[in-house]
Amino acid sequence: MPVGESLNTLSAGLILICSFAMVGTRQVQGVLRFFIVQSLLLAASSFLLGFDEHSIHLWALGIITIVAKVIVIPWILKRTLARELYVRREIEQTVNIPASLLLSLLLAVGAELLVGPLSSAMGNLVVQVNLPIGLACVLIGAYSLAARREAVPQLIGILAMENGAFLAGIAIAAELPLIAELAVAIDVVLIVVIVGLLTRDIKRTIGTTEAAGLSELKEEPESWR
Amino acid sequence: MALIAVVVTPLVAAFLCWLPPIRKIAWHVTVFLSCVEFALAVVVSAGVIARGSVIGVSGWFEADGLAALVILIVSFVCALAAVFSGGYMSQQKGHEDRLWWFYSMYNLLVFALVVVPALAEPNLVWVGVELVTLFSVLLVSYENTVGALEAAWKFSVLTIMGAPIALLGFLVLFWAYRTGVGHHPETWEALRASASSMSPALLKLSFLLVFVGFGAKTGFAPMHTWLPDAHSQAPTPICAVLSGVKTTVPLYVILRFLGILLGRPEVHIGGFMIVMGLISVGIAAFLLLQVRDYKRMFAYSTVEHMGIILTAAGLATRASDFGSVSQMLNHSITKSLCFYVAGAILMTLETREIKSIRGLLRISPFEGAALLFCSLAIAGAPPFPIFLSEFSILGSGVQAGHPVVVTILATLIVIAFVGLMMQVNRMVFGKPIGPPRRVEIPRTCRVAIVMAAIPVAVLGVYIPAPLYHLLNLAAQQLGGR
Repeated sequence: MPVGESLNTLSAGLILICSFAMVGTRQVQGVLRFFIVQSLLLAASSFLLGFDEHSIHLWALGIITIVAKVIVIPWILKRTLARELYVRREIEQTVNIPASLLLSLLLAVGAELLVGPLSSAMGNLVVQVNLPIGLACVLIGAYSLAARREAVPQLIGILAMENGAFLAGIAIAAELPLIAELAVAIDVVLIVVIVGLLTRDIKRTIGTTEAAGLSELKEEPESWR
Repeated sequence: MALIAVVVTPLVAAFLCWLPPIRKIAWHVTVFLSCVEFALAVVVSAGVIARGSVIGVSGWFEADGLAALVILIVSFVCALAAVFSGGYMSQQKGHEDRLWWFYSMYNLLVFALVVVPALAEPNLVWVGVELVTLFSVLLVSYENTVGALEAAWKFSVLTIMGAPIALLGFLVLFWAYRTGVGHHPETWEALRASASSMSPALLKLSFLLVFVGFGAKTGFAPMHTWLPDAHSQAPTPICAVLSGVKTTVPLYVILRFLGILLGRPEVHIGGFMIVMGLISVGIAAFLLLQVRDYKRMFAYSTVEHMGIILTAAGLATRASDFGSVSQMLNHSITKSLCFYVAGAILMTLETREIKSIRGLLRISPFEGAALLFCSLAIAGAPPFPIFLSEFSILGSGVQAGHPVVVTILATLIVIAFVGLMMQVNRMVFGKPIGPPRRVEIPRTCRVAIVMAAIPVAVLGVYIPAPLYHLLNLAAQQLGGR
C-alpha cells in the first residue's frame, strides 16, 4: 500500500473519531476544538490525495478548508458568541451521551453497509475508505443536530456534516472545478455570518440560545373550538 | 442574451437598492426591474418555444423547457410580490429605516431563485439553492419578533442541514458521470444524454441523497415542520415568494434528477416517489383539519401540493408529467394569490387566528370575496386551473394502471379540500365578532391581488397555445414515457 493512501486511511479514521468525539463532548468549546481538528485532518487528506493524483483542485480545497474552517469560522464564533462559548458549560441533549454514542456507532455501521458494497465494486482503496466514512460523518452530524438543543452546537454539527461530504468528495470527484470549491467556501462563511446573527438576535430577544426554548409555534388541537 | 439579462437584472436591482441616494425609492426601483425581469423571462420562454432551448453561455447558462417554465413562474410571482410589498411594508411600523435593506435582500433572493433554473452546471445549481436558503432565512427574520426569530431558526437548521446531504449527492452524481463517459463538461443535458452509460447504483444513491437534502427545502413530510412556521411569521410578500416559488425551485432540481434517472429504466424510483408524495399529501390533509392560523393553513396546503407534484412525477408517464408541471405552475400562481389575500386580511384585522375572524364578507366585501375565490382555487374546485391539473394527474394515474394510488390521492385531496373550505367558510360567512373596523388596505395591495387573480381565473378555462407548448416541453424533460 502506498504511503499516501495509508496516511489518508489514518486521517479518515481520525476524522470519524472526531465525529464521535463531537457527539460525546458536553462543552461547547470542546465541540468546537474537535471540529477544528477534524477540519485540519480533512485538509491533510486532501493535500495527500492532491499530491498523489497531481490535482491542483484538491490542494486548493485543502487551503480553503484551513482558511474557512480552521481560522475564519472559529474566529467568528468566538467573536460573536464569546460569552456563550466560555460561560455556559454544558450542552443540553435530549438523548444522553452513552446512548448517543451507541446510536452514532450504529449510523457508522449503517453507512458502511449502505455504500460499502458499492464502493468496493466501483473504486480504488481511497474511495472504499472515504465514501463510507464521509457518509457516516454526514449521518452522525445530522443525528447530533436532532439531539442537541442549542444553537452553536447545531451550527457546528452542520459544518461537520459538510466535512463528511467533502471527505467523500475528495475521493470520488478529484477533478471538481475550482469554482465549486470557491463557492462552497463563500457559502460556509455566509452560513456562519447569518447563523451567528440569528443566535445573537435570538439571545437578545429571548435571553438564551437554547433552541428547546423556542416552542411558541405549534399546532394544539385541543384549543380549537 | 436574454438569459444572461434575466440573471443579471435582480443583481442590478439589489445593488441599486443598496446605493444610499437611491435607498428612498428602493421600492420603485424593485418594482420596475421586477417587471423588466418578467418581460425578459417571457422573451426567454418565447425563445425556448421557438428553438427548443436558449443558450446564454454554453455549458453554464442554458435554458430548456423546464428551466424556462420555472424562470417564468419565479419572475411572475416575484414581480407581483414586489408590487404587493409596497403597500404592505409601508404599514409595518418601526422598520422604515431598514426598508432599503429589505428590498436589497429581496432582489438577491430573486437572483438566487432565477439562477438555479438558468444554470446548466449541476454543481453550481447546488450553490444557487444554498443562496436561496440564506437569503430566505434573512428575510424570514426581518421583523425581528420572537416568533419571527424562532421561525427563522427552525427554518435555517432544517434547511441548511439538507445542504451537506445534497452536496454528497451531487458529488456522487459527478463521480458517476466521470466514470461513465469521460471528460465532457457536466451539464443537465449531457447527464441526460449519457444516463445509459452511468452506474445505476450510483445514480440511485445520488438521487436519494439529493432527495433527502432538497426534500427538506421543498417541504416534504416528515421534513416539513419549518414550513408553516416560516410561512406564518415572515412578512407577507416573502410568504408568497417562499410558498409559491421557493419550494418549487428545489423541487425543480429533484425533478431534473428524476429526468436523468428515468434514462435507466432498471432503477425503479417511481414507487418511492409516489409513497413519499402520498405521505406528504396525507400529513398535510389531516393537519389542515385542525389548523388555527390561516397563514399556516395555506402553508400546509403547500406541503399538500408539493406531495401531489411528486406523486405525479413518480407515475412517470407523459400525461402525468404534463400534469405535474402544470400543477407546479398552477400551484405557484394560486398560492401567491392566497398569501396576498392573507396579508390583506392580516393588515385589516391584525390577527392570524381563524377563530377570531367571522363574517369577513361583511367587514370587507373585497377581502371576503378574494379569500373565497383564492381558497376555492387552491383547494382545487372547478373551474380553476388546479382542478384541471389535479384531474389530469388522477386520469393519467388510472391510465398508467395505478388505481390504488389514484384512490388514495383522490381521497386525500378531498379531505384537504374539506379541511380548507371548512376553515374558510368560518372566516368568510357569519356575523362579524368584535367592534367594526374600517381599515382601507393600500392600493398597491389591491392591484397585486387583482393582477394575481387574473391568470388564476383565466388558466382554468383557457390555456394559451404558447404556454401549452412550453408545458409540453417542460414535461418532456421529466423523462416519462
